[in-house]
Amino acid sequence: MDVILFLVFAIIAVVCAINVVVQTHPISSAISLIGVMGSLAVLYLLLGAEFIAAAQVIVYAGAIMVLFVFVIMLLNAGAETRKGRSFMVQLLGVPLLIGLLGLLAYFVQRLYLPGVTVHFGGFRGGTPLDIGRALFTTYLLPFEVTSILILIAILGAIVLARKEMD
Amino acid sequence: MHPITTVHYLALSAALLLIGTVGVLTRRNIVVILMSIELILNAVNINLIVFSRIWHNMDGQIFAIFVITDAVAEAAVGLGILIALFRNKETVLADEIDLLKW
Repeated sequence: MDVILFLVFAIIAVVCAINVVVQTHPISSAISLIGVMGSLAVLYLLLGAEFIAAAQVIVYAGAIMVLFVFVIMLLNAGAETRKGRSFMVQLLGVPLLIGLLGLLAYFVQRLYLPGVTVHFGGFRGGTPLDIGRALFTTYLLPFEVTSILILIAILGAIVLARKEMD
Repeated sequence: MHPITTVHYLALSAALLLIGTVGVLTRRNIVVILMSIELILNAVNINLIVFSRIWHNMDGQIFAIFVITDAVAEAAVGLGILIALFRNKETVLADEIDLLKW
């Protein structure tokens, strides 16, 4: 059961991620990205990270993607046309991509950490209770600093997107 | 049927990182480039949560929450910059914004 869940949602995530990159219209990319976020939330549940899975759906698939779709609609960006790529890129692109993929796979294989078997309910450390306790005791200072970061981001977004008043 | 181990999750994370990198490098639309950056940050999150699972320690999940917060701040500021840019240059294609190119 866990194997089927993992395989189905991992394949959905990878296919949607490829779709994000190959689609020419930004709205199609955004819809595919929502698919990636949703399937990753299921994979987080499988790992026992319940709070992160909920946050993934609410924050990523909800807030961030609405922001993206809103900006795409606002800018009315049409489909993107392909530009002729240079000869070097056409010649070297695919071999270098395969090389990078091979290097990455080699290091993942080499780094063969204690491969813990993942099954549903095998780890119960990610409940909102545990997360909240750690966040408000051990990690209180980073938590407060993060609130300042968000404040700066809000101010920056307002200042950047504001229309210049004469 | 083999059971799923954490190595499978690391491989999935590597695949998402690679796809996101290809998106950042090859796409021209800045909105899609920002979405590819979100893909890369999701790959990081998978790694953090998998390591938290391996060592039965939830510090990794706390870090994942901070990464999610960062992603939100980055998306908000990035899209704000994009709107300001569109107002000045009337384009969202990264290769047409070449003001600093000699």
